[in-house]
Amino acid sequence: MDWVSAIVQGTLLGGLYALFAAGLSLIFGVMRLVNIAHGDLIVLAAYLGLSTTTMLGVHPFVALLIVLPAMAGIGYVVQRGILNQTLGDDLLPPLLVTFGLSVILQNAMLEGYSADPQKLSAGVIETASISVGALSIGVLPLLTFGIAIAVIAGLQFIFYRTKVGRGFRAVSDNADIAQLMGLNKAHVFGLAMALALAVTAIAGILLGIRTSFDPSVGGARLIFGFEAVIIGGLGNLWGTLAGGVILGVAQTLGAKIDPGWQLLAGHIAFLVVLAARPNGLFPRVDQ
Amino acid sequence: MPEPILKIDGLNAFYGDFQALFGVDLTIQTGEVVAIIGANGAGKTTLMRAISGLLPSAASHITYRGENIGALRADQVAYHGLALVPEGRQLFPSLSVEENLLIGQHVGRSGPWSLDKVYTLFPVLKERRNQASATLSGGQQQMVAIGRALMANPDFVMFDEISLGLAPVIIKTIYDALPRIVGQGMTAMIVEQDISKALAVSSRVYCLQEGRVSLEGRTNTISRDEITRAYFGMDA
Repeated sequence: MDWVSAIVQGTLLGGLYALFAAGLSLIFGVMRLVNIAHGDLIVLAAYLGLSTTTMLGVHPFVALLIVLPAMAGIGYVVQRGILNQTLGDDLLPPLLVTFGLSVILQNAMLEGYSADPQKLSAGVIETASISVGALSIGVLPLLTFGIAIAVIAGLQFIFYRTKVGRGFRAVSDNADIAQLMGLNKAHVFGLAMALALAVTAIAGILLGIRTSFDPSVGGARLIFGFEAVIIGGLGNLWGTLAGGVILGVAQTLGAKIDPGWQLLAGHIAFLVVLAARPNGLFPRVDQ
Repeated sequence: MPEPILKIDGLNAFYGDFQALFGVDLTIQTGEVVAIIGANGAGKTTLMRAISGLLPSAASHITYRGENIGALRADQVAYHGLALVPEGRQLFPSLSVEENLLIGQHVGRSGPWSLDKVYTLFPVLKERRNQASATLSGGQQQMVAIGRALMANPDFVMFDEISLGLAPVIIKTIYDALPRIVGQGMTAMIVEQDISKALAVSSRVYCLQEGRVSLEGRTNTISRDEITRAYFGMDA
């Protein structure tokens, strides 16, 4: 039964990883930008949540009403102010600039919030659980998983059923021709980054409720996000959820064998998938 | 002489260090269909890329309805009512046929063209509306590319090599549809390899040779010899 429990916990943890990964996947899909600062932006969202909850005395979920638009706004401004200038035929400039952004963010957070670990307090929901047979399932992980599904369904809807999403796909296909249709590439990329960081806001708040965080933990979230994207297959959001679940299950099973094996098991699962299926398990089938 | 819809004045265009157009002058009146002919590499596509804003140029070199549009980005030019049907169709592969048409509507100009009108013009597209655009034949893709440009309800539309690589029967279908497109008071510029096709649908012709205008005149008064000379740059 312990093993079943580990698999269930790992699956639910995968929801959080999918939320880390969804923004990365979206940004790469629309503008071929690999955002090294993504993990630090998740941590920034957690800190913005912390500031909001302490200043206004509200629940972290209510703080999302401020953090989500704030992160989206930051995304739009950073994209139009900095990142658009780095995009071109060469993949290296955006990589270097987002790496620099990551260093700046980490140090700014260190300056503003110190290196002390912090946590968002969500009240009883943190420890509440429901019993299914002999299994005990935490309400928060279950909620996180539900939110991950809702977010990915929402992103799918935006991508394939709305005018904005059509613009994302058109610019991604051929930016020049999309420009002829009246789509301003700089603005479309700004919107894509705003959307990605809105998802990051949700991920950051859930991360901050689940575990303690400090300015240096962004790197590991970036790695988990990357691994989920690669396992699932680039450009496939539901695949990203599956990738997150596989990573989460590998980690909890690893921890079950030996607590020290938790992260290693996740990385091994990632490497196995990468070696066997370099395009991921569910690569997007290009029509 | 009324105010021309498009006036190009001493246009130079560059690809990096390579100069593709040298002081091109060109004037188009509202409602005209003008053909641009010339050998490969003469600068026909470059001219259209410059007008559409894909290739930057100096503001005052391109005037559209009295406004200098030379320095605008392509998306800004599109809002002024200019559309380009690019060479090689260039549909969006991850969009369905209908989505490709709908994205043409993005600029939101009002006018005679709508999804229904495009489907009436090219009925085969309606049957294939939900198909991925890449699964269509070359001719059908060209119909989508034309429809996509029309959906913007442009006042001025440029067609770049619309018959290139297509079967003669398809070319005929598309050229048969052309009067119904430009008949609505639309001004058009047509780049075409097939000179007799170009002359048949246009009222005036410009010939480009190595980035310069080598001939300009009314289609019905220009002789075959003059064209040959302007086209190849030698005495025939």
